[in-house]
Order: sequence, then C-alpha cells, then structure tokens
Amino acid sequence: MTQLIGPDLSPEGAAAGAPSTAGSFPAGLGKRLLAALRWLAGHLTLVIAIAIVALVLLWAFFPGLFTSQNPTAVNPAEHFLPPSAEHWFGTDEFGRDLYTRVVYGSRTSLTGAAVAVAVAVVVGSALGSVAGWFGGFADSLIGRVIDVVLSIPGFLFAITIVALLGFGIFQSALAVGLTSSATFARLIRSEVLMASTSNYVEAATTSGARTFAILRRHVIPNSIAPTFSLVTVQFGIAIIWIASLSFLGLGAQPPKPEWGLLVSDGRDFIASRSWLAIWPGLTVVAVVLSINHISRHISRGRSS
Amino acid sequence: MTDEGRSGTGAVLSVRDLTVGYRVQHQLRAVVHDISFEVQAGQVLALVGESGSGKTTTGHAILGLLPANGKVIGGRIRFRDQELTDLSPKGWRDLRGRAVSLIPQDPAVSLDPVRRVGGQVEDVLRLHTGLNAAGRRQRVLELFGQVGFTDVERRYRQYPYELSGGMRQRVLIAAAIAASPDLIIADEPTSGLDATVQKQVLDLIDDLRARSGTSVVLITHDLGVAADRSDLIGVMQAGRLVEVGPTRELIAAPKHPYTQRLLESVPSRLTLTREQAVQASAERDTVIEVRGLRKLYGDVAAVNGVSFEVRQGETFSIVGESGSGKSTTARILTGLTQATAGSASLLGTDITNLGRRAFRPLRRDVQIVYQNPYSSFDPRFGVFDVVEEPLRSFESSQLPWKRRAANEERVVAALESAALPADFIKRHPRELSGGQRQRVAIARALVLGPKVVVLDEPISALDVSVAAQILALLRQLQQERGLTYVFISHDLAVVRAISDRVAVMQQGSIVEQGPIEDVFNAPRHEYTVGLLNAIAGRNLLVGT
Repeated sequence: MTQLIGPDLSPEGAAAGAPSTAGSFPAGLGKRLLAALRWLAGHLTLVIAIAIVALVLLWAFFPGLFTSQNPTAVNPAEHFLPPSAEHWFGTDEFGRDLYTRVVYGSRTSLTGAAVAVAVAVVVGSALGSVAGWFGGFADSLIGRVIDVVLSIPGFLFAITIVALLGFGIFQSALAVGLTSSATFARLIRSEVLMASTSNYVEAATTSGARTFAILRRHVIPNSIAPTFSLVTVQFGIAIIWIASLSFLGLGAQPPKPEWGLLVSDGRDFIASRSWLAIWPGLTVVAVVLSINHISRHISRGRSS
Repeated sequence: MTDEGRSGTGAVLSVRDLTVGYRVQHQLRAVVHDISFEVQAGQVLALVGESGSGKTTTGHAILGLLPANGKVIGGRIRFRDQELTDLSPKGWRDLRGRAVSLIPQDPAVSLDPVRRVGGQVEDVLRLHTGLNAAGRRQRVLELFGQVGFTDVERRYRQYPYELSGGMRQRVLIAAAIAASPDLIIADEPTSGLDATVQKQVLDLIDDLRARSGTSVVLITHDLGVAADRSDLIGVMQAGRLVEVGPTRELIAAPKHPYTQRLLESVPSRLTLTREQAVQASAERDTVIEVRGLRKLYGDVAAVNGVSFEVRQGETFSIVGESGSGKSTTARILTGLTQATAGSASLLGTDITNLGRRAFRPLRRDVQIVYQNPYSSFDPRFGVFDVVEEPLRSFESSQLPWKRRAANEERVVAALESAALPADFIKRHPRELSGGQRQRVAIARALVLGPKVVVLDEPISALDVSVAAQILALLRQLQQERGLTYVFISHDLAVVRAISDRVAVMQQGSIVEQGPIEDVFNAPRHEYTVGLLNAIAGRNLLVGT
C-alpha cells in the first residue's frame, strides 16, 4: 500500500490476499487440529450425514466386509427371529438375515438411483443445452415437451414408462431418470442461456474461438457446476422412487434384495413382526435425509 | 484548515481522530485511521480518494449507517452541539433525514421500484414534519420544482422505472433536502451518469446549497469534480486523510506526494507525449473504412448513417453518451453484429455481410478490450488460460498435453508486454486488482499480434492513477507495434489524452469529427460544446 501508484499493487489485490494467507498457514499442527475440530463441531449434522452416505456406499461396494452371511440363503429353523445381537435387524419368513439383505440391497438401490440420475443428467443436459444455445424453434419445441412432462405427476409418469418397458430394476431406473430429466433440462437451459450471453463467451468469440470450442470450453462447464446440488437432491428422490416402484412390484424382482422390495415383503407381517418393514424403511429415510442435508449444504455454499 | 471568513459561525460537522473498523473473522480491522476535519456552515468538503481508501466508510460513519460488522473504534463526531458517536438508535432516526441526509451512490437501486416516487419523497416529510397529507403533497411538488422537474404533477405519480438515471438522482436529491437538513452527505452522487447529466446534477446541488446554506460532504473519486465544486478538499489514501485544505490552495500547491500523483493522473491534465509523425497520417494505409453505416434494432436506429476512416497506426476515438450508438459501431467492427445498411471494411475485407464463421479469419488481426475485464474472463480460467485462449483458437493443432509447454513462452511474452510479471500465469484473475485484470485483458488481445485493437471504455472502471498507467501502456504498445486503436469512450478528457482523431456521436449519428486539436479547440457543433463544458475539472487546467 505504500506504493499505491507504483506497479499496480492496488488495495483490492492486497485485501483479497490477506485473509487467505492468514487462513492457509496456521502456526502449527495443534492449531490446525483445533481448527478442524472447531469446523467439525460447527457442522456436526453434516458430518453425520456424510458418514451415513459413506457407510451405505461401502455397503454397496463391499457388502462382504459388513456381513458374513448370504442374503438369499434360506434357513427355516431361524425364521421370524426378532432383532438380536446375532441378527441385528431380525430374520424374515424364510430365516434370511434382514441386516444382510439390507446391506446387499443397497447395491441394487444405489445402482438404480445412480443410473436414474445419470440418465436424467445426460438427457436433461443435452435437451437443455440445445434449447438454450440455439433458441428459436428448438427452444420452443423442447420447452413445450418439458412443460408436458412436468404437468404429469412424476411418479405416475414413471409407472407408465415402466409399464411400457417391462418390469425390472433397470427399467424402473430408466423411467425415473427420464421423468426427472425435464427438471434438469429446464435448469441447464437457463444456465446455458445465461452463459451464452455472458461477456466471457463474447470475449471468446472475438478472440477467435469456434462455436464448438466455446460450447465445450465455456458454456457447458459453467452450466454444469450449478446443477450439483440438484444432482444430489435427485439422487435422494431417485432412491425413494425406485424403492417405491419395487414396493409396487414394478422394480426389482424377488429374491433379489432391494430396499423397497424388503419393505413390501415386510408389509404382510407389519402387525406381528413390524421390524421386517421398519428397518429397511428407516434405512431409506436415513439415507435420503442425509443426501438432502448434504445437498442443502452444497447449494448454500454456492449462494454465499 | 479553518476558513477565516466563516469561522465565527462554528462548525456544523466536526470529526476528531475518527477510527473505524470492520469485524472480519472475529478480528476488528481498522480501515479508517485518525481522521479529523471540520465543515463550516454552507461549505462543501470533498473527500477524494481511490477505491478502498475509506471515504465511503467515513461518510457512512457520520450518518451512523455502518454495516453490522462496522464499528467506530475511536475518536468522535460532533454535529453542531450533538455528540454522534454515542447516539441511540432512536436519536439517529430523529437526526437522519431531518438534520443530516444522504444522497446515495446508485440512483438505480436506491428507490423502491414498486412505489411512486412522490410517495417516497413524502416519507421524509411524514417522519420529520407535522404536515398533513395535502401539505406534504404540496411540499413534494415544490421540491420537485426546485430540483428542476417541469411537469411536477406527472413526476409525482411516476414509478422509478419511468425515469432516467439523472431524473432518479433528482428525486433522491429532493428526498435529501425535503426536511431542510443542515448537512448533506453526497456519496458519489454522479458516478454512472453521463457527463452532461453529471454537470446538471452537480449544478443542482450547488444551487440548492447556495440558496439554503446547507453544508455538503461530497464523496468522490473524481478530483475534477472535487476541484470544481468544493471549498475544502480532503485527500484520503489507505484509510488516512493525507492532506486537507482549501481547494484552491491544495490544487495549486499540493503538499503530500500522493495528492501530487493523483493530480498528475487526472485525465484532463495528462500529457502523453504524442509522436508528431502520426500527424502525417494521410499517407498511411486506411485500415477501417465505414460508409453510411446503419444498424436498426426493431424500428430504432442505434447507428444511423455513420461514415469514418481509420488509418494505420492512429488512435481514432468515438465519444458519446449512453445510447449514442458508439458501442454498436464497435460491435459491427468486431463482427459481433451485422449492419443493416451501408458498408464497413476492415483491413481491405468488406465485413458488411460477413457471418460469424466468415469473420473468423479476421479475428487474428482484430482484438477487443472490454470495459469490465473480469466479466470477460471465464470464471473457471486462470490467467494462463485466459491469455492462451486466442492461441488455442488459431494454433490448436498440438496435442493437449504438449500445448501448455508450447504456448507458455508466448503467453509470458504477452503478459510482459502488458507490464505484468511472468509468474502471473499461475494466478487467478480473482486475486488481481482492477488494473492488473485490465492488463491481463490487454495481454490476451496482444498474444496473437493483432493489427487493430478495439478498446471499449477500457479505463472507465478504474481508479484515476491506475487508469493513467493503462493509458500510458496503451500508448507505448501503439508506438512499439504500430497498432491501430479504435477507442470507445464517454470521457472527453481521456479521449483528448490518447486520440489522434475523434468522432462525436449523438443519437446514432456522428455530429462532428476531425483531428483532436480541432474538435477540442474549435468545436463546431453545439452538442460537442455541451460535452466539453461538462468535463469536470476545468479548474485543474488553470495551473497548467
């Protein structure tokens, strides 16, 4: 600051630099640990949410690490056992360990949700980008299709698609994905529209970049980033919808374990052996709430 | 510091050792240090400084309008016989608007968009006077008359969106003077307004002050405005008042080196050495030729029959107020939009009907520098990526992983020619100051070695001392590389400092064009005369 007129050491630059250097070089390890602990204490719910999601992801990838039993092995001698140290979530009518089935079921449920979100992102981004970048007729056409899809209750629309494609976990994932692609298309369209009229896209044009390079280098990357929080929300919704489709018998087919299917199986015994429906149900609730919490944190971080 | 003639009346505002800080991450950082000044009745004190100097913070402290994390740490503020530093919220409410009022910085956002402007001015009267509804309305109409509105009844019923920037600022001035305050804090009252409108608004404040004897603290970054309009000037730098004194003395004999440098940077005082060789430009090649250019947006002609020529190596300026069509002309020259009629040729190529794709080969030779460099950078891009982008567009045959190494040398060379150190390639634009960002934008424009650079208000968002450096850089680059500049600006003082020839645009037409000396010394069109009269800081020229 002593040299204000000198080589461009303006106050803005100095001010922007100061806090970051103070934050990134704490005096020692102890201070750093303290800062980490303070952060953890301030974000306790977020930490729990991340832990739950991480655990469920580990279930999906390495189910063998969390249970030594076989999810489909029938053992009539041990049927309808209530939750105990032996069987954490109890056993079902065929004596299968419910905890094991929930652990193995996470792979089906999460894969289904991941496929659904991937379909939604790919289809939605493609349609939204075309509508936003080209405008005119393409925009009107895609815009009206989006309106139609959004006007039909989403779950009903998904059921219709499954009815057309046939039953199965993959079909229901596709159906859920296509249904939610309309929301993505609308968001991406507005982001692309904003990016394509921005100053930096104009600057890229005047610096000689081709249309394709501008789309790939500037418009698409800048439009995708704001959708991260929507992706996480949709992931939670997709888990519920896929479980719901399976609950109705349209998704995963027995004996394959799947969360929605487990709830559906337990429904027959809800009065006498309520744990059969409650544990898989609570799992879905915990996972979806955690994902929503993380998503809210992401979107808050973006807006502030 | 005291003005002998008025010292008997006692100071309206007296600030002693004022220190103000902001709480950032549990730490209180002082941003304004030990400021002391006095304003007598009827005086205008101009607080001058560049962005971040603490002048607005000082103004807000006087009004008790510091943000929640702001705090007066030390010193005192006295208004007449009242101590403001420990005033209760109720005390402030009683004082503000009635005794001390504010003319805010940005008229576009300072009015409630969904209420009629008359009612908004009436609010002040409702709070601070005992007038009944009819009396208030009558008083607002009088105030509107005082601030120069003619059709006051209609203005009373209008919404902010129906008014231009200058008119909105008049409404805000009417609200500020409604309760006849003793002191007005005017925080950059004219930034963002066209030069002629700026002059009208400042004249109005002057006039009202002369009639009512109100004191004014005028916060401005423009030393020209301060010199023309104030009795006292206080120069602020980095939160300190480095010099304060009667305007005439301070301008004639600045004591502090910072004041001297600020004065040297004022555009109307800039004397960039001009190569006289350019005068013989008639023999040079014509680079840009525009004939009868028209551009319609719907039924409105943004550009209406414009003709000019630009020769190689000269600076041709297009000057005008907002809506004059100068930016549209620049957009046609850079192939961002097509002309409706007429012809334009660039480096021998007829560009009148060129589409985007056909224009592309020309972009190697024609580059543009924008008013706001930061928004012209992709937010995801670092400095290297920004400057490299033109190279990728024209020389992108390389494999991606080899590209960076191959281009690094040229990017560094471009940065160095824009007077930035080589290690800037590792930085991100958000870490840079406004002036540094504009240098990065200039480096991007230069990296391909263009022949023509269109400069669209390149310095109007910068502080004066930084702006002066950028102008000097542009001048130097032109001499080294024989660049041709098309310089778009609203600021005649800046245009005078850098141009060879100038065209004055008004409502889509060029009303006057010619060599810079002719247009400035013997303007032929009345609009040019008006613009020249509106240049702030004519008082600064007396000494030179």
